[in-house]
Amino acid sequence: MATDTLKTEGHAHGHDHDHDHHDAAGTKLFGFWVYLMSDLVIFGSLFATYAVLLRGTADGPTPGEIFQLPFILVETFLLLFSSFTYGMAVLAMNAGSVAKVRQWLLITFVLGAAFVGMEVYEFQHLIHEGFGPDKSGFLSAFFTLVGTHGLHVTFGLIWILVMIIQVSKQGLTDVTRPRILCLSLFWHFLDIVWICVFSFVYLMGAL
Amino acid sequence: MSGHSHQEHSHGSVKSYIVGLILSIVLTIIPFGVVMTGSFGTGATLLIIVITAVAQVLVQLVMFMHMNTKADEGWNFMSFVFTVAILVLVIGGSLWIMYHLHLNMMIG
Repeated sequence: MATDTLKTEGHAHGHDHDHDHHDAAGTKLFGFWVYLMSDLVIFGSLFATYAVLLRGTADGPTPGEIFQLPFILVETFLLLFSSFTYGMAVLAMNAGSVAKVRQWLLITFVLGAAFVGMEVYEFQHLIHEGFGPDKSGFLSAFFTLVGTHGLHVTFGLIWILVMIIQVSKQGLTDVTRPRILCLSLFWHFLDIVWICVFSFVYLMGAL
Repeated sequence: MSGHSHQEHSHGSVKSYIVGLILSIVLTIIPFGVVMTGSFGTGATLLIIVITAVAQVLVQLVMFMHMNTKADEGWNFMSFVFTVAILVLVIGGSLWIMYHLHLNMMIG
């Protein structure tokens, strides 16, 4: 995982210091990784719920009737490209360029915000058609699973904004660097969860 | 110095991110294309969706999240393997139980 930047960066400070920093940042990242694993279990149980309730349509629409794949494909690419641009932000951080980190974070934010915007539009459209989460077990599970992911992305967006401000004010320090790395794990993790969502919910639902 | 080359390896470079991006794009277009054109049977389509999804998850874990078996003496990887085991139990177990429940209750 992404702990080694701090090791190399710490060389300037001499050895004891270097070790402290590496251990602190490495522990932070590992702790965040463990949080992500527990988050994965939450998503796993939501996927299991969805799979169990999939056929419980209660005379409401079936998955194939309400999913629009071209729309989902655009959402998928927005999130995928935002994952890539966040990677560029981490590389810019390794290169020590505050301006570029800010620029890539901003692009990531715009792509992520567009994704959330499309998802809100989809939800609002479904509810408007009368296919809200109260319609059937299938729709309850669908809104809970996809909504939980969307909520995560929204919190990720807030975190990105906070990091843009912190990096602008404090620069790339021993405090801000581990945070950017934790956020990178969070952001890539959300794209990985989305792969499962579009594969098992939308694509299989459209069959 | 050795630290630097190690960093390149575990942190990725522009190149590794671009390779990850291209692989992800391909592994996204294949299942969407197969479902939207409907050119295969249901069984084959399901198989293609599962294989491309698993492949893309692995590509992003390695290329974007830099997961490997060495960082933090393998604890990252071990916690991931443990989580996958939990997921198999939760998802597989739920489906197994509920499928038989439906059969026995004759409601679906």
